[in-house]
Amino acid sequence: MSTGGNYDVIVVGAGHAGCEAALAAARMGCRTLLVTLSLEHIALMPCNPSVGGPAKGHLVREIDALGGEMARNTDRAYLQLRVLNTSKGPAVRALRAVCDKELYRRRMRQTLYRTANLDVKEAAVAEVLASGGSVQGVRTRTGVVYWAPAVVLTTGVYLRSEIFVGELKYEGGPQGQPAARELTASLLKLGLTTGRFRTTTPPRIAGHTVDYSKLLVQPGSSEPLAFSFWDEPKKRRQLPCWLTYTNERAHSIIRANINRSPFSVDTWEGAEPRYCPSIEGKVMNFPQRAAHQVFLEPEGWNTDEVYVMGLFTSLPEDVQLKVLRALPGLEQVEMLRPGYGIEYDYLPPTQLKANLETKSVRGLFCAGQVNGTSGYEEAAAQGIMAGINAALYVKGKEPFILRRNEAYIGVLIDDLVTKGPKEPYRMLTSRAEYRLLLRSDNADLRLCDYGHALGLLPDELYERFCAKRAEIRREKERLEGERLVPGEEINRALVSLGSSPLEHPVTLAELLRRPEISYRDVAGLVPPPVPLSPEAAEEVEVEIKYAGYIAKEEQLVRQMERLERRQLPEDLDYENIRALSNEAREKLTRIRPRTLGQAARIPGVSPADISVLLIYLKGRGRGQE
Amino acid sequence: MRNDTIAAIATPVGVGGIGIVRISGPEALPVGDRVFRARRGTKLGEAKGYTVHYGEVVHPETGASIDEALALVMRAPASYTREDVVELHCHGGPLPLRLVLEAVLAAGARLAEPGEFTARAFLNGRIDLAQAEAVADIICAQTEASLRLAQMQLKGRLSEKIRALREALVALAAELEVGIDFPEDDIPELTPPELAARLEEVIRGIEKLIAGGKQGRILREGLPTVILGKPNVGKSSLLNALVGERRALVTDVPGTTRDVIEEVVNIRGIPVRLLDTAGIRETSDLVERLGVEATKERLGEAELVLFMLDAERGWEGDDAEILALCQGRATLVLVNKLDVGRKLTVKEAEELCPGRRVIGLSVKEGWGIEALEEAIAEMVYGGAGTGEYASVSNIRHLKALEAARENLKGALEAARKGFTLDVISTAVRASLNELGKITGEAVDEEVVEHIFHDFCVGK
Repeated sequence: MSTGGNYDVIVVGAGHAGCEAALAAARMGCRTLLVTLSLEHIALMPCNPSVGGPAKGHLVREIDALGGEMARNTDRAYLQLRVLNTSKGPAVRALRAVCDKELYRRRMRQTLYRTANLDVKEAAVAEVLASGGSVQGVRTRTGVVYWAPAVVLTTGVYLRSEIFVGELKYEGGPQGQPAARELTASLLKLGLTTGRFRTTTPPRIAGHTVDYSKLLVQPGSSEPLAFSFWDEPKKRRQLPCWLTYTNERAHSIIRANINRSPFSVDTWEGAEPRYCPSIEGKVMNFPQRAAHQVFLEPEGWNTDEVYVMGLFTSLPEDVQLKVLRALPGLEQVEMLRPGYGIEYDYLPPTQLKANLETKSVRGLFCAGQVNGTSGYEEAAAQGIMAGINAALYVKGKEPFILRRNEAYIGVLIDDLVTKGPKEPYRMLTSRAEYRLLLRSDNADLRLCDYGHALGLLPDELYERFCAKRAEIRREKERLEGERLVPGEEINRALVSLGSSPLEHPVTLAELLRRPEISYRDVAGLVPPPVPLSPEAAEEVEVEIKYAGYIAKEEQLVRQMERLERRQLPEDLDYENIRALSNEAREKLTRIRPRTLGQAARIPGVSPADISVLLIYLKGRGRGQE
Repeated sequence: MRNDTIAAIATPVGVGGIGIVRISGPEALPVGDRVFRARRGTKLGEAKGYTVHYGEVVHPETGASIDEALALVMRAPASYTREDVVELHCHGGPLPLRLVLEAVLAAGARLAEPGEFTARAFLNGRIDLAQAEAVADIICAQTEASLRLAQMQLKGRLSEKIRALREALVALAAELEVGIDFPEDDIPELTPPELAARLEEVIRGIEKLIAGGKQGRILREGLPTVILGKPNVGKSSLLNALVGERRALVTDVPGTTRDVIEEVVNIRGIPVRLLDTAGIRETSDLVERLGVEATKERLGEAELVLFMLDAERGWEGDDAEILALCQGRATLVLVNKLDVGRKLTVKEAEELCPGRRVIGLSVKEGWGIEALEEAIAEMVYGGAGTGEYASVSNIRHLKALEAARENLKGALEAARKGFTLDVISTAVRASLNELGKITGEAVDEEVVEHIFHDFCVGK
């Protein structure tokens, strides 16, 4: 055994969670080591080439506002960028990018290499070392030991992973990578438990063998856009994606070969993540659907490889090709890689505290797919939080926990550590109860103060944010204060905008609340002293138009806050609180919630149990307001 | 547990006794003043602690008088909860108490959780620490009791209706959410008119439950009841027996200034409205004189028919005709004169009137009346008893239904004003949350489940 060196924080795995974790820890001043199975596969996108979408895009914007990397990296690597849900409202409007996968990896690797305090090494970690309930470091397969008081596990789907293609099954990670075989045993030894999840990926095809004339084109947005708050929105050259459909022929091929699927057809229900079902699952479970969408997404500027979104499958390779060739436009298609199923160990996240530290080993943090989530964005969001909290732990500071009303990140982590997923967890806007507060457009207003205070967001960016915030505040004050008096000219202008003439004086804000009037209309009628940036203007418009609904949600937040602020001591002995129901006692003992609010969200803990806890805390004289 | 003002019925409900509605919290005195008019004009907010005031309870919005009452004022910290407390002592019986409580809630108090007064007493240091566990036990027990009761109530048709409404709403929420979370999947979107129609449908359903919700409406508005039977069967004696010595409330209907046409008697807290009592009293043989058509009219709005048979005379042709008229209405069959007659037994009546509950009695001798009252109470309360919790959880349900309706109206309003789907679906979910308070089901997971079950999404 040889010593590789001493660090403050070691991050195991350089996927989307690991990159954010390592960058956050290093930027917060910790000497950080990032260990990866392969330097070439840093920030690998082993499945789809896209970043964002509803809720996922929200996460990316939040990571960005905290000072993370994903949005900026996407801005430098995208080959298409679109706004989704434009007509469904500001709360759910979201960006979605399709990235050049190679560019994405290269940019992220460069950023890592250029970051101070951060070492990147290629090695397979075989053991997490701990003593006296605290983590000590890691040992690699080659016997080198790296010491650190904090370790972040971001091992993705690599723990004891197995690949399934039809009848074939072998040990291995995504995209030809090796599996992490030994690490699971070491984690079990530390008292952690594991579960097993499964997911599938679609085949990749050669772009030059596709007959695009038979497909529907799906171009990117034509307006100037940027994922990151810190990048200038620009119009850029983009690549289109393409849409085709499955048909009865493809479906009958699937049905005829369903017995060659590695997974039992009887167990489709719950056997795979429902939001990314395999094509065989869709065909068997929704027999009434005559066709399913299939999107073709190019994987890069300089590659022929095309991702076949919608055709997730672990059927045998020959069946995959037959199915592909049954689709319009793909009659002559060549397959570059087959789709496959993958099964892997994950660590049920109810073993974690809200700062993503394990309850059983101090200083050991977990983030990303190893926690039973799915998706690059979910992984990155946990990664940055684990990196931040590992750094805070090393510095002896209080953990950084986002509440459900502050960020999708808060919803994500709270759901994970409180409820635990039954299938790989995907972020959905329907999981957020304060959706109107957690918008993509205001992620900076929600989180930049935190990012700066933590030392992640540089002064220069923070000052830009503060200027924008001031701009928004000033303009809102102006709109609330300035009155418009009915007059011939103004009424004519209003009528020409499709609105009704004024009968009484109104404030500009009241005018803006008319459904048919936009901020641009108001600014046209009564311009501000200095024109607003488009981002500030959007924010002003949303905050004024939706003020009533936003206020309603804020009131709900205030109702919850009393419970949210009540801390529960970590050593609380629930077994001895007689008045609790049996189910509550068992669940509370296992989850050990941090606050009464979290306790209330545990399935099986009733309002009466919460009252009991409240009283018990008061009795103990330890309840904190 | 919050620091707001709470209220609940603080005494077990018994007919004829005194019932107390207790209000506690920072707003207790202002809330009290909104519902209580002291005879001497005293304002509770200005009254000293430990004083008693005589006056009446009125509804804060309509100003309608509900009951006469005594108001007790206790000022913090000299009260059970150590908060400001107002107690309204009124006539016992579920109906008046319930109306007083509803008025207090309308005036701004929140319905107390089970054990919340005790919990506050403890939290405010009124009870010593050694009692902590006991208090927790009380909460536990009370919650269980009320939960059991709520579940019992939920077993009936009400619960079926709420479940159906919830299902419709969950499906609607899932339909709205699936488009938001999977915008690139080809799932047909609801058009604004479809959305409005779906919302209106659920709103109508909820409104029906609120307005027509059997028990709630009956307790509020009374149970319209008609006594039917051939001449001389004993209708008028039964009427007198029911009204008897009770404090009968008498209602005058506009336009019939002289004729009292309906009388209200309190049976186990249920205001039973006996229709067309003048008709019964003045003409002893209505069917004979006016014929079947008129009898049909007399049935009018009646929701309960007391169909009287004569054990002395036995089953006759008229009886069959009258029974046919009762079709589709709750009917209690009363076999009268069992003290003297043998021509019709309860058992025979049961066979002649299949599916109807039959009660044997002798109005003259005064027996069987109690069984009749019991049967009426059972029909209204659905066997759930008439204790405190029954009425409290009813109000809880009513409040939740009202809140659910308001949220849906908000969604409809937002849709009408052209607000976006995010706002509309948020309101739909808020509404579901309210219905969930009745059925005890969580919303978010369920909507997500529905999305995946009903739609083929994800790629």
